[in-house]
Amino acid sequence: MSLLPPELEPGHAATLAARTAAHAAEQGLADVAYATLDSPLGRLVAVATSRGLARIAYELPNGGLDTILDQIAARLSPRIVEAPARLDDVRRELDEYFAGRRETFEVALDWVLVPGSFGRRVLEQTARIPFGATRSYREIAEQAGSPNAFRAAGNALGANPIPIIVPCHRVLASGGGLGGYTGGLDVKRSLLSIERPSLVG
Amino acid sequence: MSQLPPFQRFLDIHADGVLRFLIASVGRHDADDAFQETFLSALRAYPRLRPGSDLRGWVLTIAHRKALDVHRGRARRPVPVAEPDHEAAPAHSDGTDGDQWDRVRTLPPRQRAVLTLRYAGELTHAEIATALGCSEEAARRAAADAMKTLRKELSHVTAST
Repeated sequence: MSLLPPELEPGHAATLAARTAAHAAEQGLADVAYATLDSPLGRLVAVATSRGLARIAYELPNGGLDTILDQIAARLSPRIVEAPARLDDVRRELDEYFAGRRETFEVALDWVLVPGSFGRRVLEQTARIPFGATRSYREIAEQAGSPNAFRAAGNALGANPIPIIVPCHRVLASGGGLGGYTGGLDVKRSLLSIERPSLVG
Repeated sequence: MSQLPPFQRFLDIHADGVLRFLIASVGRHDADDAFQETFLSALRAYPRLRPGSDLRGWVLTIAHRKALDVHRGRARRPVPVAEPDHEAAPAHSDGTDGDQWDRVRTLPPRQRAVLTLRYAGELTHAEIATALGCSEEAARRAAADAMKTLRKELSHVTAST
């Protein structure tokens, strides 16, 4: 006689797991909630804490979902659950932005993944660049209080944990070149053309 | 660098195993709630867990405690809901868990625990010993005793039909 494990209805364990994760996020038992979002620029991973949106990651250029979540676990907390409902506002605002129906974002941000106060000032200044406008690295460094620290400003922008919503794509090289972009220059170009079709050929 | 996996990955990996164990131990009707309670307890304790811990053994230990709560709750209620009729229905044709696990559920708690952890949770005797706080030898013996009891019951049922 042998005892075989009970059979599972297909998908039932996954349904229960999703329900449990959603409940954990609602009850504040998880420190971090995430969702994957489809966008014209590829799949995005959005990560929120109780304070707000902490990370938007281009999935593929950042090594895939597992790598992104491993980094969040190491930096913030391993109590991470997938909770799409928690990221509904972010999803809606990004959808509207990509559809050309939104120029400013309203979701609350959590700067927890930004290292250092200068980096924080750089990104806060960047968040104020209006839709359709651009700045140079030097201008951003100046607004962040260190006119000569444009290289450091470039580094802070390169490490921007919340691209698109903190629009580091609006910061360009002084000579009119594109500068850099973690998601790839094609992505930077696409974002700029959404905002100002005439700017990029 | 060794670190705990993000909780969601842990949940995804162990969801099937925990649900199988709970269905075997408490039945389908109560398994869903026990599943959620198991993983919410695990989530609360998760940051205190040492990286490199045996996560499967750990979560099944929690599930085992939740299953005990369900059985204790039933014992306190005067009329259990849909308890299997012990002497009737040798085979299951109604899509429920099957007579074998129905019968395992009526064994004494220790025997029920070793069989469900071993054959539904698929833990080793050493892991079961850790989960139950007994020696590996005691876990092995309890499993053997439980199988003996179960065989006797099942042959009795077969003989009476």
